[in-house]
Amino acid sequence: MESLEQIKIRLEAAIPGAQLEILSNDSPSAERSLLLDNAHAFAVAQFLRDDSLLRLDYCSNVTGVDWPDSEISLKVKVKKIVEGVEKEVEEVTKTVRPGFLEAVYHLYSMAMKNGPLILRLRTGNRVDRVQMPSLTPLWRSCEFQEREVYDLFGVVFDGHPDLRRILMWDEFKDYPMRKDYREPDDYEYEPTPHDEVLEKARRHQAAEVTP
Amino acid sequence: MSIATASPAPRNYEVIPKTSPDGLELEGELLEVAMGPQHPSTHGVFRMDVVLDGETVVKLKPVFGYLHRNHEKIAENTSYLGSMPYTDRLDYFCSLTNNWAYALAVERLAGLQVPERAQFIRVITAELTRLQNHTSVCGFLLQDMGALGTPLMYAFREREKILDLFEALTGARMMCNYMRFGGCRCDLPPGWLDRVQKIVDDFPRFLDSYEAMLNTNEILLARTQGVGRLSRALAISAGITGPMLRACGVDYDIRKVDRYGIYDRFEFRIPLGEQGDVYDRYMIRLLEIRESLKILQQALKAVPGGPVIDPKAKLRGFRPKAGEAYGRIEGPKGELGFYLISDGSPNPYRYRVRPPSLINLTILEDMCLGQSVADAVVTLGSVDIVLGEVDR
Repeated sequence: MESLEQIKIRLEAAIPGAQLEILSNDSPSAERSLLLDNAHAFAVAQFLRDDSLLRLDYCSNVTGVDWPDSEISLKVKVKKIVEGVEKEVEEVTKTVRPGFLEAVYHLYSMAMKNGPLILRLRTGNRVDRVQMPSLTPLWRSCEFQEREVYDLFGVVFDGHPDLRRILMWDEFKDYPMRKDYREPDDYEYEPTPHDEVLEKARRHQAAEVTP
Repeated sequence: MSIATASPAPRNYEVIPKTSPDGLELEGELLEVAMGPQHPSTHGVFRMDVVLDGETVVKLKPVFGYLHRNHEKIAENTSYLGSMPYTDRLDYFCSLTNNWAYALAVERLAGLQVPERAQFIRVITAELTRLQNHTSVCGFLLQDMGALGTPLMYAFREREKILDLFEALTGARMMCNYMRFGGCRCDLPPGWLDRVQKIVDDFPRFLDSYEAMLNTNEILLARTQGVGRLSRALAISAGITGPMLRACGVDYDIRKVDRYGIYDRFEFRIPLGEQGDVYDRYMIRLLEIRESLKILQQALKAVPGGPVIDPKAKLRGFRPKAGEAYGRIEGPKGELGFYLISDGSPNPYRYRVRPPSLINLTILEDMCLGQSVADAVVTLGSVDIVLGEVDR
């Protein structure tokens, strides 16, 4: 398979305006990934699937990652004049990286028998800008996995044909795989349609009694 | 005395014509049935919400989550090694391949090497796992078709022999918890390889009798051929893996593609189907058993000596460098993958299982539409799911 840099150059030529970034990976696996912007993600993914050199026809794994707000502290050595003498002083600059949710796609090619190419998509934040385009129209294997990411992380996939909770029950409110998730106190309480059924039965019986 | 009379007696009721006056056929009401979560044919707590027109399936929605315990969250709150026993509980039929997939992902993440002897033990245990999984699945499939008892019990008799081997090696029949990062937990007990050799030598005889009993059975042929057909293009797009994919005729086996472990040293073929129906899946599994036996025969002859675990591998206080890795193997059910992100702490920052059982269910509705409910049961049986892995 081509290197990630080559793929990036070809993608930028084929899809004008696409903002791509190669994310490094320092671990021994050295699996680097390609960060896409949400506006062009679908077009980029479609290109990767249909391109005759790559033919990434198989989307193996889709998963979410939660990155809460984090403080990054950078130590910088600065030369400063302290009491008339020039000294090297370490200054710590702290920057807050706003949190976001991430979806990771592992693409392989069954036709060319190679891969993986790792795609990453990010949401604007973790609260109200949690949309990203769904890739289910391109690879059917994303259907359940994107539902799972929606269920456990709260990423809303635009264009998904059937975005519902998959593992948790429909009435569940929170997103359990987020890092700041706390179990509720009434953990055992699971809402059931029982009360609704009782209410219906009551009305039904009342209607039968009154002529 | 003749029973037939020349003219029938006049009827004292009106016959309603089968077609309505405007020529349309009468339509019955659609019936919604919840199959499961306690239905025996769903292999556990799995529910299919089916909409039926008579006996024909018009709509089918799988419902998951009855066995959900958020395995991934639990793994993120414990050390890397701490979730190794938990991987046994994913697909409780194939705990050793689950162990291997997880160990492989961590080894890629931390850059660990696996000694030669451990590689051979891994191949042997994984192929034994495939053997017992495929045999049992064929038994379960026959059970779903109504062959109560016999085929499944024959399969379980052979499976039990293999589980005895696992017990001798790991101390547990099913929850083996055997592999470690950089090798295996303990060395082989004395005489274990001879016991494996005997079972591997005897297995073809069992397989011949099993196939002689079933493969020409008229009910099996009638209930499987042309049932639950899956097209090649849809199978690839839906990420179907394992015997289900190869039954559609797609030559994709991760043992050949990735050549993880030492699979490049063995000679074996990848059986391929053509139609992608239940029959092909059944036959592919039987053929894969024979290929696994070939691998076992070759591996058993060549097990070298030496350590079973990398002496440099740290089990306690294991902290891989920050980064990420995806490790995948060809499990008996399909591609089993583990995706790990490390932030340098003792716990994984993100731990994800790519469950083949769940993803192979994506196209369950496509396979069952237009068939009878009884065929939907057989189709589900041929997918080979384990709910511990589907719901995680």
